[in-house]
Amino acid sequence: MTDRPLTRNIDLNRGPLDIAGYEAADGYQSMHAIAKGLSPDDVLDIVKNSGLKGRGGAGFPTGLKWSFVPRGEGSPRQKYLVVNADEMEPGTFKDRLLMEGDPHLLIDGMLVAAYAIQANMAYIFLRGEYIDAENALKKAVKEAYERGFLGKNILGTGFDLDIVLHTSAGRYICGEETALLNALEGKRANPRAKPPFPQVSGLWGKPTIVNNVETLCNLPGILAYGVDWYQGLSLGVDHGTKIFGVSGKVKNPGCWELPLGTPVRELLEGHAGGMRDGLELRAFLPGGGSTDFMLPEHLNLNLDYDEIGKAGSRLATGTMIVLDDQTCPVGMVGNLMTFFAHESCGFCTPCRDGLPWVDEIFKGFEAGTGNEKDLAILHDHVEYLGPGRTFCALAPGATAPLGSGLKFFAEDFEKHISEACCPYKH
Amino acid sequence: MSVQMSSGSSVIASTSTRARRLTLAEISEIEHEMTLYPDKQAVGLEALKIVQKHQGWVSDESLLAIAKYLDLPASDLEGVATFFNLVFRQPVGRNVILFCNSVSCWIMGCDDLRMHIKDTLGIDFGQTSADGEFTLIPVPCLGDCDKAPVMMVGEKMQRKLTRDTIDEIVAQVRA
Repeated sequence: MTDRPLTRNIDLNRGPLDIAGYEAADGYQSMHAIAKGLSPDDVLDIVKNSGLKGRGGAGFPTGLKWSFVPRGEGSPRQKYLVVNADEMEPGTFKDRLLMEGDPHLLIDGMLVAAYAIQANMAYIFLRGEYIDAENALKKAVKEAYERGFLGKNILGTGFDLDIVLHTSAGRYICGEETALLNALEGKRANPRAKPPFPQVSGLWGKPTIVNNVETLCNLPGILAYGVDWYQGLSLGVDHGTKIFGVSGKVKNPGCWELPLGTPVRELLEGHAGGMRDGLELRAFLPGGGSTDFMLPEHLNLNLDYDEIGKAGSRLATGTMIVLDDQTCPVGMVGNLMTFFAHESCGFCTPCRDGLPWVDEIFKGFEAGTGNEKDLAILHDHVEYLGPGRTFCALAPGATAPLGSGLKFFAEDFEKHISEACCPYKH
Repeated sequence: MSVQMSSGSSVIASTSTRARRLTLAEISEIEHEMTLYPDKQAVGLEALKIVQKHQGWVSDESLLAIAKYLDLPASDLEGVATFFNLVFRQPVGRNVILFCNSVSCWIMGCDDLRMHIKDTLGIDFGQTSADGEFTLIPVPCLGDCDKAPVMMVGEKMQRKLTRDTIDEIVAQVRA
C-alpha cells in the first residue's frame, strides 16, 4: 500500500526500475489479480466504482468511456487501445515524468485497460521529441515481452496483448483524440466528426479507447489495492491522487503527486515555495494553456474537477502556470494566442482565420498600435471561437485564457492602448 | 515543418520529378514498419521519418521514392509530409535546435534567448547558420516547464537555459 501510487517508484537520481525491481515493488499485481479470475466486466466495474476521471484534460470518467465499447459475443473482434502520450499542452509536464520515471507502470495500466475492453493491440502514441521516454518505454516493453506480461496467453489467462510504440511527427492537434487516430493512420491530423465516437469506430474503423498516460498509470493501484484504498487517497470529492505542477516565477517550480482535493494554496505556497522574492502573484492558469485564468482570491479552493469548474476554470492537466505582477499579462495571453494560431490544423475557418487575426492584434498591442476597435474584435472572438463554433476543442481552448484575460486584465489592455506601448517594458 | 531559409537564399532545394533509389537500410526499416500497421498509408508517415533519419531531411526525390515503394499517391504523401512539423521538407543544419517558445518558457525569458541566438548564430526561426551547423525551429511546449527555459539540440534536452549556457552548448557542439 502506498499513498503515492503514481510516483512511488520514481527517483530521478537513478534510472527507472527494471522489470524485476518493478515486480518486487508490487508491480504487475493487476495482471495477477486478473489471472485469479477477474472477468473484463469485473475490471470495468472496479474502474467505474473507483471514480477515476481521465487525466488528459477533459476529466471524463474512465470506466464510463470504456463502457461505450461494444462488448461480448458479436462485438467486433479487433479493438484497439491507444495511449495518448502526446503531451504538448503549454505548461504541462507530468506524462514525461511518468514515462521516464516508471515506464512499467504505464504498461501495467495498459494491460488493465486492454483487458477490460478486450483489445489485443495497443499503440503508444508518443510525441517525437520525448526521446528519453521513448528509450525507457522501448526497454520496458521488451522486458515485459520477455517476462510474459505481453504477447500471447498472458499469465495463462488466454488474453493476448501486443504493444507498438509509435513516435509522432509533431503538431499539438494530435493530442485531440480523433486527430491522433488520423495521425496514427498516417493521415493529416485533422480531427474527425463525432459521432461516430472512437469507442465505436476509431482506429481503422474499429472500436478504440484513447486514454492519457496518467489515467492509465492510475489503474495498477486500483486493481492491486482496491477501490476503498483508492477513494481513501483523496481529500475531496474526486478520487485518487494526481500529478500537480507549478511553473513560472515561483521559488521552487516542480511537480508533485498529491491527493485530489489538495488546496491550491498548499500547492503554490507550500510545494512550489510561493512567489520569488519581490514578486506578487497576479493570476494563474490552473491546468495548462487552455484553461481560464484564476486569481489570488481562488487560492483557498481545492484542486477538484468540480470545484475549479465552478470557479469558472478547469482543473484540466493540473499543471499550473503562474503569472507574477512584473510580467505583462497581455504579453502572456498573446504568447498563448501565437501558439494556438500556429497549431490550428487549418481545417475549419473560425480557427484557421480567427486565431491568426487575434494573434496579429496582440502583436499590435505589443508594438503600441492597438486601439479600442482591436479590443472589441478580441471580445468578439471569444464568442466566435467558443464552444460549438468550431470543429474541435482547439479554438475554444484558446478562448479560455483570452476571455478570462480580457476580463481580469482589462486595465492592462487599456494601458497598452493609452500609452501606445507595453507598460511592462519600461 | 516548412523551414524557411534565411532571407536572400530562399532556395527550393530540389524540383526533381524523379524518385531516387531507397537504400537497403531504409527499405529494411520500412519493411519492419509494415509488420506493425495494417495498411501502407500508416507506413507512409513512418517511412518519411525513416528517410529523414538517414538523409537528414525529406527531398522531393525521397518523397517520390517512398510513394513509389509503398504505392501511395505522391500528393497524399506530400500532404502528410507538410502537415507535421518534425518532417523537414527542406535541408536542415547538422543540429536542429527545437526551441520552446510556449508560455512557461516565455515567462522565464525565452524571447531574450531567441535574440541571443540571433545575435550569436545569426539565425532566427526557420533559418540555418551559415556554417550549416544549426537550424533553429520553434516547437510547442517541450514538457519540462519547471526547468524553463528549455530547448532540444539534436536529441538532447537542454534545461534552465541562460545566455551563458547557450554559448557553452554551441561551443561544445562546434568543438
